[in-house]
Amino acid sequence: MAQLSPTMEEGKLIEWKVAEGDAVAQGDVVAEIETDKANMDVEALGGGVLRKIVVPAGATVPVGALIGVIAEPDESIDDMLAEARAADGAGPAEGPAGEPDAPAAEPEPAASAGAPEPAEPVEVAAEPAAAATGDGAATAAGGRIKASPVARRMAAESGIALAGLAGSGPGGRIVKADVEAALAAGAPGIAPAPGPAPAPAPAPPSAAPVPPAPAPLPPGLEDRVEEASQMRKAIARRLGQSIGPVPHFFLTTEVDMGRALELRADLNARFADGKIGVTDLLLKATAEALNRHPGVNASWEENAIRYHGAVHLGIAVALAEGLITPVLRDAGRKGLRQISVEARDLIARARARKLAPEEYQGGTFSVSNLGMFEIDQFTAIINPPEAGILAIGQTVEKPVAVDGQVVVRKRMRVTMSCDHRVIDGATGAAFLGAFKAMLENPLEMIL
Amino acid sequence: MAVLTYREALNDALREEMERDDSIFIIGEEVGEYDGAYKVTKGLLEQFGEWRVRDAPIAELGFAGLGVGAAMAGLRPIVEFMTWNFALLAIDEVVNAAAKMFQMSGGQYNVPIVFRGPGGAALQLAAQHSQSPEPWYSYVPGLKVIAPATAKDAKGLLKSAVRDNDPVVFIESEIMYNLVRDEVPEEEYLTPIGKAEVKREGADVTVVCHSKMVHQALAAARALEKEDIDVEVLDLRTVRPLDVDAIVASVKKTNRAVVAEEGWPMCNVGAQVVDDIQREAFDSLDAPVARVNGLDVPMPYAKNLEKLATPNADHVAAAVRHVCYAD
Repeated sequence: MAQLSPTMEEGKLIEWKVAEGDAVAQGDVVAEIETDKANMDVEALGGGVLRKIVVPAGATVPVGALIGVIAEPDESIDDMLAEARAADGAGPAEGPAGEPDAPAAEPEPAASAGAPEPAEPVEVAAEPAAAATGDGAATAAGGRIKASPVARRMAAESGIALAGLAGSGPGGRIVKADVEAALAAGAPGIAPAPGPAPAPAPAPPSAAPVPPAPAPLPPGLEDRVEEASQMRKAIARRLGQSIGPVPHFFLTTEVDMGRALELRADLNARFADGKIGVTDLLLKATAEALNRHPGVNASWEENAIRYHGAVHLGIAVALAEGLITPVLRDAGRKGLRQISVEARDLIARARARKLAPEEYQGGTFSVSNLGMFEIDQFTAIINPPEAGILAIGQTVEKPVAVDGQVVVRKRMRVTMSCDHRVIDGATGAAFLGAFKAMLENPLEMIL
Repeated sequence: MAVLTYREALNDALREEMERDDSIFIIGEEVGEYDGAYKVTKGLLEQFGEWRVRDAPIAELGFAGLGVGAAMAGLRPIVEFMTWNFALLAIDEVVNAAAKMFQMSGGQYNVPIVFRGPGGAALQLAAQHSQSPEPWYSYVPGLKVIAPATAKDAKGLLKSAVRDNDPVVFIESEIMYNLVRDEVPEEEYLTPIGKAEVKREGADVTVVCHSKMVHQALAAARALEKEDIDVEVLDLRTVRPLDVDAIVASVKKTNRAVVAEEGWPMCNVGAQVVDDIQREAFDSLDAPVARVNGLDVPMPYAKNLEKLATPNADHVAAAVRHVCYAD
């Protein structure tokens, strides 16, 4: 299972595109896997015959696990399979759509891992495993994690984040015993036991507590447990890492959208090709405001602030199973029309789960719009390592006072979440004010 | 199988080779009439006569050079140094003549010579007579350096050394002559030069060692069984060329290494072993490689001080605990 993004810790094998016994050429797509972000094709690194499918469709395994073997028709692969079986103690977790004829994939409950496996490293065969060491994912914010080389390798191959382990060696060094203990206690990727999945700390390999059987409910009212999709897990993990450590504060303002909507109608009437949407206007205004307030287009980086050289806007897109934020690159130097075309393409492909990793990474600021759900106002969680996000509510007609008179105007509430390590109240307010000004007087955007 | 002392095993090797090939002769101080300063050559003068077992005057440089010349002329000399400390007087013949003659002559002269004798500390031999010679000679391209730890290896390796067509430095030990005894096959056998041997299999840590330290390491391993630490003892047997494959394979298995050696710490054999381990087995290491050495002082004469200056099983055990994070 290759690591296809820095945050990927496990992958779900959606579908095998070839069968056991099929000939495979280098570059052929052999399987489709679901990562925490998108569905990706797995290509064969070398030619041969797909001798054995180790991980069946529907199963989830940690990064680095052997999923299949491509070899010459007459080459012996027994050693490889034996090693993978021995190391893979628990076997792949069964997904909800597990194949009924999946070979010998008994989920081993974490509780029964009495003696830790000797932890022979798992060999990855014929897979794009070059990135499987995933050291980038293991460094803690704020410095290098001390770990012995073998501990590092074992953790990477088993998909355990080093950052989650306490080191028992000198100076907090994570050593082999710590990783073995984490594996025995049950780390992500091993089939869930009846109790809660234990955290990957070096806990003694004791049985995970089994909750007492609840009193029987009438049929139809039982709890239903659904395994979280890769995307849901990624959202949980990423945003859990945001609202905790990032000191958020929030600024709200109300924007008069009259002129902006007129401009939009005008442009769409004038240019029949390609419709400009409200979102496109919002993105353009955001990009312009960021150009003028570069202090907001920045990231906190361990006692330093990185001011980004360009504006890359993340656009939050709702999906059936969650959300993803494709990034519109260099928005600060693109015109409204180009933004419109690109945003439409990104959003469409985001909905089809066909984004490449570089298309949902690298954003410097994000915009999230829940107006279509009739939400007046909300506060969004910042996507780390960005320093801010705009939460857009619906545009409604409402009475407001203008020059002493009560008139009906189209008003939209916007809430900005700011990382207080990077943005102070005044800076945030100035940015938000600029954003508002440009929507209320669109001609300001050309200045 | 017979149980022989280290000394007896060497004696058998010499006798068997000299019976096999009459171009072999022995030269050194006291090797003939006295039966050898340490009796390693006992009975050989009587069996083979004075042209094949030659007593030499106290002139190491002289008889070492004689040996080199004889080897170049087609004989197979075995030059005994009473101890390797005295060989310092002959080092020019070993390093500048024997080791380099093949290359300097463009391949015209092989030097099939064996320089042998006891090395390392013994019992209060003091500063000038307790040196470990392995590092001095392992440094030199053109030499093979062998330091067996058991009677069986001593016999097999001495026979291989004699049959080798290049100069060999063969390091024994006064202490091991008597105190080391083990089973030696009665049939003809040769031990390959350049191959280490696992003397004790283990799973938790590899102790790389040679010569007397092998016995210290085995003693440490026995003691550490009670602490649930399973020690693998890898006997290098040949110090140059090092069996890097065996070292790396063992460390990849155990993830931890201790390199134990009797001599001084600076630039000794262990320093090279540690480099090979860190370079070839980096990703398998769970802890930095630990070294056990003698203290960096000329060997004291006083018995209590000599004991402090010489590494033993306790030192090896302490190093093992350290790399296992068990101290």
